[in-house]
Amino acid sequence: MSNVKSILLVGVGGQGTILVSKLLTSGLIKAGYDVKMSEVHGMAQRGGSVSTQVRYGDKVYSPIIGRGQADVLVAFEKMEAVRYAEFLKPDAIAVINDHEIVPLPVAAGLTEYPQGTVEAMSGAFKTLVLPAAEIADSLGNSRCMNIVLFGALVKAFGMTDIDWKEVMREQLKPSILEINLKAFDAGMAL
Amino acid sequence: MKKFMSGNEAAARGVYESGAKVGSAYPGPPSTEIFEDLPQYAPELYCEWAPNEKVAAEVAYGASVAGVRSVCAMKHVGVNVAADPIFTAAYNGVGGGYVIISADDPSMHSSQNEQDNRYYARAAKIAMVEPSDSQECKDFMKAAHEISERFDIPVLYRVTTRVCHSKGIVELGERENVAAKPYVKNIAKNVSAPANAKANHPKLEANLRELEKYACTSPLNRMELAGSKIGVVTASIAYQYAKEAFPADASFLKLGITNPMPMELVREFAAKVDKLYVVEELEPYMEEQIRAAGIECVGKELIPNMYELNPEIVSESVFGTKAETRDPGCAIVARPPALCPGCPHRGFFYTMSKHKDYVVCGDIGCYTLGSADPLRAIDTVVCMGGGFSVAMGMAKAFEMAGQTDKKVFGVVGDSTFFHSGMTGAAEIIYNKGKVIPVVLDNSITGMTGHQENPGSGLTLMGEPAKNILIEDVLKAYGYENIIIVDPQDLKAMQRAVDDAVASTVPAAIITRRPCLLIKKIKHDIGLCRVDAEKCRGCKACLKVGCPAIFMKDGKASIDATLCVGCTVCAQVCPFKAIERMGE
Repeated sequence: MSNVKSILLVGVGGQGTILVSKLLTSGLIKAGYDVKMSEVHGMAQRGGSVSTQVRYGDKVYSPIIGRGQADVLVAFEKMEAVRYAEFLKPDAIAVINDHEIVPLPVAAGLTEYPQGTVEAMSGAFKTLVLPAAEIADSLGNSRCMNIVLFGALVKAFGMTDIDWKEVMREQLKPSILEINLKAFDAGMAL
Repeated sequence: MKKFMSGNEAAARGVYESGAKVGSAYPGPPSTEIFEDLPQYAPELYCEWAPNEKVAAEVAYGASVAGVRSVCAMKHVGVNVAADPIFTAAYNGVGGGYVIISADDPSMHSSQNEQDNRYYARAAKIAMVEPSDSQECKDFMKAAHEISERFDIPVLYRVTTRVCHSKGIVELGERENVAAKPYVKNIAKNVSAPANAKANHPKLEANLRELEKYACTSPLNRMELAGSKIGVVTASIAYQYAKEAFPADASFLKLGITNPMPMELVREFAAKVDKLYVVEELEPYMEEQIRAAGIECVGKELIPNMYELNPEIVSESVFGTKAETRDPGCAIVARPPALCPGCPHRGFFYTMSKHKDYVVCGDIGCYTLGSADPLRAIDTVVCMGGGFSVAMGMAKAFEMAGQTDKKVFGVVGDSTFFHSGMTGAAEIIYNKGKVIPVVLDNSITGMTGHQENPGSGLTLMGEPAKNILIEDVLKAYGYENIIIVDPQDLKAMQRAVDDAVASTVPAAIITRRPCLLIKKIKHDIGLCRVDAEKCRGCKACLKVGCPAIFMKDGKASIDATLCVGCTVCAQVCPFKAIERMGE
């Protein structure tokens, strides 16, 4: 099991983590790995915290990991990075979207959104912090934020031996392909 | 051909490949996607959403008696509802293979408890098959049907959330064309009157003994022998965790048939190793039986009997290895689930929240979230259909205690009404309960992801059906004052409640507005905006619990990407500071 790698994608419901995990698993299967993926469809996930786990290697048994087991984290929202930090290996890489989604208790004025989440993560782990939402906006479509993060993951985790653009061409609808290829490049360029 | 499939997709494929012809289910996580995935295999098989799990189990049983392979599916608590036919079907036995899929939810990702349904197989004296990944979800379905037919016994096909919702690579097979057995009337076998049941019980016991012998040789129960120091007996998803947590020289007895337990095989395996561990999620189901057979083992004294396991939990509890982690040292805030912006239930629960004398017995569905902050407008939730009947019990208790200041409401959704709310509605009117039944009709089974129900007008296979009107049912029961109201109109909602409370004849309320997430309906979507000049920062709008509203610099503000313009917040603003913009 030593060669099994674990990727943890976390965010807030509706941010597009599922599409990224779909691209990841498609590419990894094509490259000949054994792959398992796990996601939980919980109660009213809109606005809730979501996580998806992708594991690959010669032979993968467990679809999920425990504490201290992820090799890389992609946090689509910065506070979610902290929520799942305990699942990371001490030498894990954390790709963090410098983006804030206010949870209900904060919106209702009951508490404050925590300060210093990104700094705290950077102090504990090797991190790549990027403004994926702004990058996506500058490309002309805020919805491709997830693919910017996907590109950043591929670069940061050294997964460049797989032809991800080919995978995107196979998996994405033609109408959204071009913008997402650009978003992938923008993430890779960081 | 290979395909990357979830356990649920693979189980559906397994239903198809096994040659099954009839399937019936009631949606509920983590089982729902099995039947959502089945219509693609029509017309070779028929599948449906039943009004509840008991009906689903009975439909599948009937199909089995008539001679075809059949399945029913439900979440773990659904088996509680379906238990009645299942226990007696064990005595009667089957015609075609009869498989009952029970999807358990350790850690309660979306459930009210984490009961371990393996005990049902033992209590009902039926066979149990447990797949541990997507490939087995497909392959074991065919094996389950073969076991069912060979040993004349229903099979509990027990999966868990991680088996259902994890994806893995699956090698597909072909559909086995299983001809329907010619139906022959057999009263002694299929009519469970006492005399027949007395004769059938010993047959069942004999079948179980034969099945146990078979389970000791079945390829579903296999040894993976390595070293002789450590042996692990395990099944289901716990096998995958244990394979990573135990050293490479540990030997495994991986079980796929777990009722009856293949005890001679366990004994043979135990003799090969110095120390025997039993690794299983939730209760010590296998461990208790292994110990009772006089075989020494280690299990729940180390491994938790609550919540999901994972490789790290197994490793830490068995070997004491501490995971190396780093704490960023930064406090975070929870993201509690909430009713969606524009959810039709919001207006009803806001109205309930304004009255301290209202007691509201809720039920299972999206509307359970009416209990969450800031609405806190539900007093009890226990099970599907319990909204009406629990309210009845509370009202009778208040009556007996002479407590007259409470107004009791029983609340169910439309799908729950057809599931098991109808009996509660009959109970309230016939036994003269001082309860106002309320049906929150959003025209769909919401929480489980939009399945059709007898009120929605479509079948699982996409055919139009005549929808049953809730008001017609209530009227037939004798409710004379049925008030149908748009819950999003807060004044009308309060009037409806006042009318029902004051009614001198039996009254019921139906709040009617479709769920905003139903795609085939054209919704009236708009956008509300706060006039910062008029807003005094009183936070009255926050009391409706809408995720789109937040405070900014002491004033209310509305997230335009989330708001759908339902105006519930505008209606509660005392300063008329919130307005719906033009279309």
